[in-house]
Amino acid sequence: MTPMNRRLFPVLAGLSLFFFVTAPVIIIRAPYESTMGLVQKIFYFHFPAWMAMFLAIFVLGIASGLYLFRRKPAADRLAVAAAETAVIFGLMGLITGPLWGIKAWGVWWQWDARLTMAVILELILIAYLLLRQYGGAGSDRLAAGIGIFAMANVPFLYVSTEIWRTVHPRTSVVPTLPVDFGIPLWWSFAGFIVLCMALLAARVRLEEQRAALDRLYLAVEED
Amino acid sequence: MNEFLRVAWLVVRKDLRVESRSRELLFTTVFFAISCVLVFSFGFVRGGRAVEGAAAGILWIAVAFSGTLALGRAFERERHHDALRGLLLAPAARPAIYVGKLAGLLLLLAVVEAIVAVMVAFLFQAPLFRFPVRLFALLALGTIGFASVGTLFSAMLVRTRSRAVLLPVLLYPITIPVLIMGVSGTAVLIAPEPDLAMARLWIGLLFFFDAVFLTLALWTFEPVMTE
Amino acid sequence: MPYSEPVHFERITVADVSRHFGRRRALSRVSFDCAAGQIVGLLGPNGAGKSTLLSVLATLAAPSTGSVRYGAATPGAAGAALRAQIGFLSHDLQLYPELSARENLEFFAGLHGLDDPRREAADALARAGLDDRADDVVEGFSRGMRQRLALERALLHEPRLALFDEPFTGLDEASCVKLVRRLRSLRADRRIVVLATHDLDIVDGLLDQALLLRAGRLRPLGGEGTLRERYRAAVASGEAR
Repeated sequence: MTPMNRRLFPVLAGLSLFFFVTAPVIIIRAPYESTMGLVQKIFYFHFPAWMAMFLAIFVLGIASGLYLFRRKPAADRLAVAAAETAVIFGLMGLITGPLWGIKAWGVWWQWDARLTMAVILELILIAYLLLRQYGGAGSDRLAAGIGIFAMANVPFLYVSTEIWRTVHPRTSVVPTLPVDFGIPLWWSFAGFIVLCMALLAARVRLEEQRAALDRLYLAVEED
Repeated sequence: MNEFLRVAWLVVRKDLRVESRSRELLFTTVFFAISCVLVFSFGFVRGGRAVEGAAAGILWIAVAFSGTLALGRAFERERHHDALRGLLLAPAARPAIYVGKLAGLLLLLAVVEAIVAVMVAFLFQAPLFRFPVRLFALLALGTIGFASVGTLFSAMLVRTRSRAVLLPVLLYPITIPVLIMGVSGTAVLIAPEPDLAMARLWIGLLFFFDAVFLTLALWTFEPVMTE
Repeated sequence: MPYSEPVHFERITVADVSRHFGRRRALSRVSFDCAAGQIVGLLGPNGAGKSTLLSVLATLAAPSTGSVRYGAATPGAAGAALRAQIGFLSHDLQLYPELSARENLEFFAGLHGLDDPRREAADALARAGLDDRADDVVEGFSRGMRQRLALERALLHEPRLALFDEPFTGLDEASCVKLVRRLRSLRADRRIVVLATHDLDIVDGLLDQALLLRAGRLRPLGGEGTLRERYRAAVASGEAR
């Protein structure tokens, strides 16, 4: 994994740089939405940030399963990376959400389905990191269990919060957006997904180097 | 399968016997649940009457809080003399041990819920028992969902530091769907105009949650418990 | 019983077993093997990794690297069938204080799927010399009585591999003599016994193999004098390095 990862990161980083440099241009050229005004542009960051978080949670779940059942250390490193990356993108979503909300709903926070679900997912991910931090020796295997449960929880959270409350603009508006709005959205979307992968690759590499350092320490002590 | 049930039953019987000697878990959990309900009443009673719709929330939060307490204590007992490792070393199927611990906790929580439900109905004038079968289904399925995740988590936290804090930190976010489903289902049952179709939907969702998470817990128990 | 065929093994091979968390090392490249009819002593100061090694041998913990083989079997593949052949007396005794001695034994006999838990428990109580206290709760027992009970609990299912963590703790003179006799009979029965202990004088002359663990590593134990003298010399030479 290491050599592949080493080559992968610059490619991903370069690609996401390209998307993030070009995205503002495309977003500015997109038509000005009359009711929401400038705030509507947040959408181009908000939605892709969430999608990137879901990608990271999915990676977390799969990697956790691999680590738990196959005991592959590489899978554990990927799981930590994914959890931290998911927290970052989740924070982006949670910051951009209220900015939109104050304009659209007149309040910073609404107990709306998506927002509630977002907060809970963020909570689960932070709990995962807390376990790793404070669980002591061997908590990596326990964290893998939590990782699987976190992924399995997504559909239940989605359905339950959805029925519980709905004020949020439906996700189903996305495919029906006029093309002028759609192009910048998918452009940002691609940018965020590539960025997510780049962060994952960088974070995994950090973990790999940490593991290598630990191995060296152990080897030095050996003699 | 017989063998599985035999081992699970052995564990349940052992837990019941231990509990019948000390009664610690039952008394402390029931007392804690009652305190919970009372504490919430100070938050939700205005002008001598409960805020409308508070009853369902208070019932479920009392269940979740006292459930966490019971989970922590039940496994503290297994941890204390390293007994859990004795269980794990037995040549029995490990998921059977999980099921045994889960069943014991469900019995305990059933007693707690019976008391809390009556108390909430009485103190908050909530018509909880208008649809007893549906309420029973909600409570039973909700408790199974909560306890099946909780039993796995507290079993695996037995060997970690700061387990007392980590259990609620991990358990509450993951079981929030249960709480949403349970509270919403109870709320539509006790509303002035009960919505039975919605209640059925919530019960169905709870059932689905239980099926998925019980399966996951049985599946991960063995690898998670190997250090 | 309905469990899968019990695994039969005459030898345990520990090959290059390490166990570490990050930079903290509990065991480092430990290798040894022991055969049926041997009593192996694990010696070493506190925190040397004796308990960790016992956990690994009991299949409760997996090594980070290296492997343990029980004859031809490995813990991953054999699982429950292998656990059926392992008895473990841990330092914390693994008894329920609220239950009586008999209930404790019957519970574990049941878990192990023994044919007649009642009879097995009664026999074990007799061996532990606890007949007269059989129906008292363990809470009121002295450390020595608990120790004897826990020992019989660990041997209920006549395991091929018996692991003991500090079995002499809290035992009086007479009980120690009895335990030594019990260990010798296990050896005569061609079982494998691994025990971690500090009571060097008691086990002197009993061990077929003495292993010294220091900071997670096996250290050579010199060949001259009593076990205690050899141990002191080895520990001192370790500190001088």
